[in-house]
Amino acid sequence: MSVDTWLPALIVLSSLLPGLLIFFLDEERHALRTALNMAGAVLKIGLVGWMIWGVFHDHAYESRMSLVPGLDLVLEADALSVFFVALSTLLWLVTTIYAIGYLEDSPHRSRFFGFFSLCVSATVGIALAGNLVTFLIFYELLTLATFPLVAHRGTPDAMRGARVYLAYTVTGGAVLLFAVAWLSALAGPVEFTTGGALGGLAQTHRAELTVIFALLIAGLGVKAALVPLHGWLPQAMVAPAPVSALLHAVAVVKAGAFGIVRVVYDVYGVTLAADLGVLQPLALLAALTIVYGSVRAIAQDGLKKRLAYSTVSQVSYIALGTAIFGPVASIGGIVHLVHQGVMKITLFFCAGNLAETLGIHNVSEMRGCARRMPLTMAAFTVGALGMIGVPPVAGFVTKWYLGAGAVAAGAEWVLVVLAASSLLNAAYFLPILYAAWFREPVGPWPEEHPRGRFEAPLMLLVPVLVTAALSVAAGLLAAAPFSPLDWAKLIAEREYGL
Amino acid sequence: MPQLAELPLLPWAVALPLGGAALVFVVRERAQAIGLAVGVASAAVGLLLALQVATGGVQHHAVGGWGAPLGIDLAADGLSALMVAMTSVVGLWVSLYSSAYFGAGDGGHQRAYFWPLWLLLWTALNALFLAADSFNAYVTLELLGLSAVALVALAATPAALGGAMRYLLVGLLGSLLYLLGVGLLYGAAGTVDFRLLATAPLAGPAAAVALGVITAGLVLKTALFPFHFWLPPAHASAPAPVSAVLSALVVKASFYLLLRFWFWVLPEAATPVVTNLLGLLGALAVLWGGLRALTAERLKLLVAYSTVAQLGYLFLVFPLALGSVEGFTAWGGVALLLLAHATAKAGMFLSAGAILKASAHDGVSGIDGTAQALPVTVFAFALAGVSLVGLPPTGGFAGKWILLNAALATGQWWWAAVLLAGSLLAAAYTVRVLTHAFTRLPGEPPACVVPARLEWSAVALAVTALVLGFAAGEVLELLRVGAPVSGPVLMEQLR
Repeated sequence: MSVDTWLPALIVLSSLLPGLLIFFLDEERHALRTALNMAGAVLKIGLVGWMIWGVFHDHAYESRMSLVPGLDLVLEADALSVFFVALSTLLWLVTTIYAIGYLEDSPHRSRFFGFFSLCVSATVGIALAGNLVTFLIFYELLTLATFPLVAHRGTPDAMRGARVYLAYTVTGGAVLLFAVAWLSALAGPVEFTTGGALGGLAQTHRAELTVIFALLIAGLGVKAALVPLHGWLPQAMVAPAPVSALLHAVAVVKAGAFGIVRVVYDVYGVTLAADLGVLQPLALLAALTIVYGSVRAIAQDGLKKRLAYSTVSQVSYIALGTAIFGPVASIGGIVHLVHQGVMKITLFFCAGNLAETLGIHNVSEMRGCARRMPLTMAAFTVGALGMIGVPPVAGFVTKWYLGAGAVAAGAEWVLVVLAASSLLNAAYFLPILYAAWFREPVGPWPEEHPRGRFEAPLMLLVPVLVTAALSVAAGLLAAAPFSPLDWAKLIAEREYGL
Repeated sequence: MPQLAELPLLPWAVALPLGGAALVFVVRERAQAIGLAVGVASAAVGLLLALQVATGGVQHHAVGGWGAPLGIDLAADGLSALMVAMTSVVGLWVSLYSSAYFGAGDGGHQRAYFWPLWLLLWTALNALFLAADSFNAYVTLELLGLSAVALVALAATPAALGGAMRYLLVGLLGSLLYLLGVGLLYGAAGTVDFRLLATAPLAGPAAAVALGVITAGLVLKTALFPFHFWLPPAHASAPAPVSAVLSALVVKASFYLLLRFWFWVLPEAATPVVTNLLGLLGALAVLWGGLRALTAERLKLLVAYSTVAQLGYLFLVFPLALGSVEGFTAWGGVALLLLAHATAKAGMFLSAGAILKASAHDGVSGIDGTAQALPVTVFAFALAGVSLVGLPPTGGFAGKWILLNAALATGQWWWAAVLLAGSLLAAAYTVRVLTHAFTRLPGEPPACVVPARLEWSAVALAVTALVLGFAAGEVLELLRVGAPVSGPVLMEQLR
């Protein structure tokens, strides 16, 4: 019994326990609730930092608990899991601060923060899951924990969005459950193994494995918002801004994308997946999603809706990079897990700030808003340029590796997709930037709150600036040790055995 | 202090609630306090019994020293012990709930009659699960049916009286058929003892007819589709704690007897046609019950139809475990689903009872805004729903996962599809309730207070369903004691 067998479980518990405590707090215990939230978030960062250091030095961490013989809950740290854990832990801290500022004086805060912590615990569980069943369990928990967050406002709109969200994700979960159960019935418990866990099965059961792969992707594709399974994402936009940030950048769509990465690399193994011929369809689906999401984004006037369709498009870069055989493309896909996270969360925070401070919800109301809120719009600009792929913001690094990887794998058509997507990104982001910075505001803002010392409350402003700075840093310092890119290279090297 | 193995827990598990029932009938003014105390003690005995079986193996007791074939024999194997333990856990929380549920509104009428009837019902359940012969099982089945009908009628509304009458007639028909079958078996084998019947050379038309009428009677009492018509009105119109007991425990008693006959007495009578027919009816129950729950207009009717659906899952044990070499997988999965349903459904009915005390009317739309007024109760309802849907990490998930494994590893994927379709329907009707509960009403949240005991008993049961997911290993260990099937918990086709 050493700390190595406890650390993964502790990382999950560091947000789960505060979350459970928060449920029982009175609405008015503001300070205690904040203290619990922050203590959990900071403790988690410390533990994750420790774990990253250990994993870098090839140290093994594994917590295992047997539910019934043949069904183990396994939490395990490998290079890929700590990558996702680090992202969600860091962004959880930022989002918690933002949410505390955002929800000031609104009702049901204990319920909100309780589920918020559960949501992060589930995400971290997904990241650290060491076998398919554990992954599935936390994946379903995430669905459950996010439903009350989407429904939080309790308005008819919110309830509709939450219902649609649940209809999609529960159905996807059922498909995933079926696929995982089938695979386990064939092969026993599937432990994630770098290079593939299926071994001898590949020769004898090709047809079954192909069908199971399709089912797994269909199940995961709901949360990852692959077309045509993306319909819930724009609907879920009714949720409060911190929840949108969580859904889009930290937890839900990330969990789906991460699951796809896991299935391809650590369940099937990229070699077997390529051999079965399932990567090509996945790449095509991802490419279709990238283009479709961007096209739909252009037509949206609602700012959050436009960002939502942008997420549909951007998250599929991860699936695309995963589906192209070759280490360089893999690096591009994996690194986008983090890059998309920090950039998209910046954009959603900015949208939340605009709504909270000026009452701006639509793109058409944004004329001249940069004069009133220069820092927020500067951060927004960073995020938007990153999405387009302008250096030195992180998004550029992703696109560079994806493009280079595609060429290396002989899939030049991907370049066309990347170029088209960048153009479309520019088409829906640049008009916003132009209007915000260079046009005169027309009339008063829809619903302006009195101006404080800064352009927005500090708790809302600081997280935005931090994540914007991270987006730039991830691009500028991509070559530095322990940068997202550096770590993605490590993952790809281990997967391809380089 | 005596050793656990030496404690005479078998007779006490029956005598204690029986004595309690007699006592509260006589001392009516203290019924509540005595009833609660007896309930706690009976629950403790039942749980100790489960521990005794888990550590010491199958238990026997001949009441008054008379053995089979003349006397009343009690016996407990793993399945019996689990059923008694289930009764104990549900009984404990229902007792606590009831001590706060029945007010003095009707002159204390309901409160005065609830306790003796409820303890009598508890007696009947324990005696049935521990009965070592099929005739005693008949006696307890009648006692169970009659006390259950009286409890439904306790609500004293026109709907409840109508439901109770139908319930009575169906129950009597069911037990009559059962008695006929037992009589035929006695004629063929000269015994009613389960163990002796299992070794007796039963064959030919008499045995087949006997098993046929027994099955028909018990299927009727278990409310398997299409014989479920009596269940929703009875379960939905009874007082909330009664509904909980009926759905969680009473229907399981006749299902338990079905298992006794099919797996112990006459497993050789199973043909693929019969087992698949039972499985098919179960599948139809899952779908039909789910659809009706989705469209039910009243909250408790919704929960009652959910019971119809969940009972359907249990019948998958026949195609998946009966006659299978590695039958324990499906056996264990169904046992877990049965226990998870018992705790979750009891929790759901109890929370529905608390919600209805606070809401405008008993329609599903009448509960708008209760998430604000009764967050704890709505939480209990949601958690119970999560287990019924079969989402992790609840007991419902553990059972479903194992059953899925049994279906897929033996190549019978269509049963797996039924499990998933049922889950989706369960998710849909649970969400339907939660959507209403979470809908925010204009203005201040209604200040409504229901006794804390109502809220927390429901939570306790829902949490038990959750904990069951983590204790599944221990449950299956106990289930192996004297199990009629063998094999691993989870199957692997290859490797």
